[in-house]
Formats: sequence, C-alpha cells, structure tokens
Amino acid sequence: MSLELRYFAWLRERIGLPGETIETGAATVADLVDELRAREDRYALAFSDMGAVRVAIDQELAGLDAPIAGAREVAFFPPMTGG
Amino acid sequence: MAVRIQREDFDLGEELRLIRAGRRDLGALVSFTGLVRDRHGEAAITGLEIEHYPAMTRRALEAIEREAAARWPLQAVLILHRYGPLAPGEQIMMVATASAHRAAAFEAAEFLMDFLKSRAPFWKKETTPEGACWVDARAADEAALARWHAPARS
Repeated sequence: MSLELRYFAWLRERIGLPGETIETGAATVADLVDELRAREDRYALAFSDMGAVRVAIDQELAGLDAPIAGAREVAFFPPMTGG
Repeated sequence: MAVRIQREDFDLGEELRLIRAGRRDLGALVSFTGLVRDRHGEAAITGLEIEHYPAMTRRALEAIEREAAARWPLQAVLILHRYGPLAPGEQIMMVATASAHRAAAFEAAEFLMDFLKSRAPFWKKETTPEGACWVDARAADEAALARWHAPARS
C-alpha cells in the first residue's frame, strides 16, 4: 500500500527529508521501521534508538506495535518539547 | 475555548481583555506565558527555532483543551503557541483559563501546561555560539503528567 511518511526535528535532519511517499507491505510500525532501516544508512542511524522516537498514525500518537493497515500518514519524531 | 497556532507575536494583555470582554460571570482568570531564556545551564542562547507538525498540532491541543474542560468547570480557555524563529526575551506561548473560582483556573492552567509540554507536537532547537542543538525532553516533564492520571471529574 501507499503511505505518506513525515519526519520532524532531528529525524528530519538525519534522514534529510521532511517526508516521502512509499510503497510498503509492513503490518505494524515496527515492521515499517525495519523496512526503512534496511534501505540506507541514514535511516538506520535515524532509527537506531527507538526509545528516542515517537510515532503518530494519521496524527494520533501510536505505539511501535500499532497496525498501519488503512493508515494514510505515519509520522516519526523525537519526544515533544512544547510549552 | 480556543486554540491558536501562529508565527506572529501576541499581546498578552489584549488576549486577556478579549476573554473578559462583555462577560460578568468570570470569577478568576489565570494566565501563563512561556518566554525564550538567554541561557540554558552554562550555554548562552542566541535564538530558538520552534518546529511543529501542522496537521497534528491543532488536533492535539484541542484534545488537551477538551480534557481540561471535562475536569474543571471552565468558563473560558485559550491556548496560543508560536512557531518559527524566536529571539531571547520573546514570548513562545500562553495559556489562559477562566473559572468562577481560582482553584479550578490555576489547576487547569497547570494541567494544560503539563500536557502540551509532552503531548503537543512541537520541537525546540536552540542556537548557541557553538552551534544549534535540539532541546531534549526532560524526564521531569513526563513525570509531571502522572499526577493528572486520576479519572476526570464528572
């Protein structure tokens, strides 16, 4: 399926893109991260410590084990620092 | 109840005046304003860049606002957060809460701050003379959420 990815803050900088459209057969966020890591070193580096990465599926916070079937947009970003 | 996300600065006094305008039922109006400091520990800060996730930010802030309104009898709420490049001394954001009595207004303002620090998709990058650096989330900010985990008041 086709999926929009969004990257923010240092994830955006390490990957070198604000986002991209990909084709994926991943069932969960964790599977998707494994696919991305295998693509290129910059992805492997960005996703080397998933304890420092937060995920949103269609703009709602989600866990790594969350299914992505039917999702349109998955975003990856560091812990938020608003306020 | 209002959420605003903007690049421009805001006039705190004017925002509070607008909340009060035409109303005689408000008993307490509390506000908090976050400012850009010129130091972070030993490091001098020359600027702060705030990035956000536009498609998610409004939704996240409105959810936090709804949760506050479910817990306290609020007569008005404003959450205003800026993004883009800011200089030391500038205003980053504000929250304001109005209620018949001060306890609800104070508590709700703290609740809003605790949640938007760790649950609204903003990221801060500080510029120092040695270079720029993303601000790490503080464990204390995450811990601050725990005290609100009691069920909402009915």
